[in-house]
Amino acid sequence: MADDGAGNRPVQAKDQTALMVQGLTLRYNDVLALDGASAQFPIGSMTAIIGPNGAGKSTFLKSVLGLVAAEGTVLAFDGPVAQAMARIAYVPQRAAVDWSFPVRVIDVVLMGCYRKTGLLGRIDRRMTAHAMAALARVGMQDFARRQIGALSGGQQQRVFLARALAQGADLFLLDEPFAGVDAATEAAIISVLKSLRNDGATIVAVHHDLTTVAAYFDRVLLMNRRTVAEGPVAATFTRAALAQAYGPALMLDPTGKLGEEPSERPAA
Amino acid sequence: MIWQALMLQAGYNAALVSLGAALLGAAAGAAGAFLTLRRRALMSDAMAHATLPGIGLAFLAMVALGGDGRFLPGLMLGAALTAAAGLWAVQRLARQMHEDAATGAVLASFYGAGIVILTLIQGLGTGRPAGLETVLLGSTAGMLRADALVIGFGGLAVTCALWALRRPLAMVAFDPLHARMMGVSPRRMDAALMALVLAVVLVGLNVTGLILIVALLVTPAVTARMWSTTVIGTAMLSALIGAVCGYTGAAISAGVPDLPTGPVIVLLAAAVFALTLLIRGQRDG
Repeated sequence: MADDGAGNRPVQAKDQTALMVQGLTLRYNDVLALDGASAQFPIGSMTAIIGPNGAGKSTFLKSVLGLVAAEGTVLAFDGPVAQAMARIAYVPQRAAVDWSFPVRVIDVVLMGCYRKTGLLGRIDRRMTAHAMAALARVGMQDFARRQIGALSGGQQQRVFLARALAQGADLFLLDEPFAGVDAATEAAIISVLKSLRNDGATIVAVHHDLTTVAAYFDRVLLMNRRTVAEGPVAATFTRAALAQAYGPALMLDPTGKLGEEPSERPAA
Repeated sequence: MIWQALMLQAGYNAALVSLGAALLGAAAGAAGAFLTLRRRALMSDAMAHATLPGIGLAFLAMVALGGDGRFLPGLMLGAALTAAAGLWAVQRLARQMHEDAATGAVLASFYGAGIVILTLIQGLGTGRPAGLETVLLGSTAGMLRADALVIGFGGLAVTCALWALRRPLAMVAFDPLHARMMGVSPRRMDAALMALVLAVVLVGLNVTGLILIVALLVTPAVTARMWSTTVIGTAMLSALIGAVCGYTGAAISAGVPDLPTGPVIVLLAAAVFALTLLIRGQRDG
């Protein structure tokens, strides 16, 4: 099971870096949210960012994108991240979105095409077909005309993944994509992410469920405001590293019976 | 008389005023839709009240320069300056307190200052101040043809600008972080929206007056929101409601002596809202 994800990794792009983060530091008033966090994300890899609550995982993603102003160096595809924004898709936490907003599923996905349509550009049939194809990839094509608030949590998460797909990005940053979603959605999302990775895209996801890390991802970044450990799952996702990130109170054996126990998912 | 005004038969000027009010209503409805979706409705109220000291100061300045104190473009310029100052004050104060508290403090302070200046002007007895108080509640009676044209074309320009910006405005209101990922600056879009709302407030000074313009910005928007599932649908329906209320209100006000225009328009918009609540209220809970 643990080798499943790593075995699919394409070899041709092994040494190139999609994202390089060096000394990311962010202070909210007197609280240090990020304390010199550093990491590298190779092209074609799929990384889980794990760590305890308040470890700054979501803040890390937002800081990488410049959505909050942190100190440090971030290079995306060997250049400033601001110049690579068109190649990066960001899927926010579900809780961060106003679900009562008057917008249909297809409109949300079309928002991912904005760089192609532009300010005054018309949304033509080709653009709509492109958005519909993205919806079909996450199994939501039959819901295109529904209001976003009428969907279940898992369906909403899939629509946001479809918006990221419509962007045509090479680097996907996802903030807890599996939080509060049903098992069918979790399977659909992971299958889309793995196929993206197999096509050479780079996936970075904040992840909570330690029991599925080895099955879903090929790399981990363990962090607690700073980087505790990073690297391939087999070498990095160890009891010692987890204890260092979460504190000694955490009693679990991630190298033991992975995939045999029912996975614990956060309640919806 | 009201019927004649509605049918555009109450004279060329009355017809022009009604059409101008319709275009203002459309602009207010459309701008209000984006404003409420962005959750900035009260900002327009602070902005409107902050125009009053500017109107008083502009009147004084124009009289001092030997001109007509009620020259509308001059009053609008003064109103724009203090409204922008009010907006800046809200943004600045919002760093230290919640935005609603900042809005309340700025709204009351600027309005108070405006009332003091207007009272002083009445006491001076120069520059024909009679009628200056119509900026509070609006009056289309005796409106000049040039004023009606300014209102109509101003409303049209704002509506066109909102149509052009509809997609980035919707994106910023729905998901500002995603907007930034798409290269759209929420700060710039907010500034553009505020500028367009300010234009509506200024153009509406003579029609609804500054106290009630917020009702024309917000009421059609929340009404339309209950009927539509899209941003563009909400904005277009809101514009239609605003246009009908503006047109009808101006016509009724023209037909009934001494009836201020603003309250009539706002009551019509409130009636449409109440009707919508009766029909749609139970659906979404």
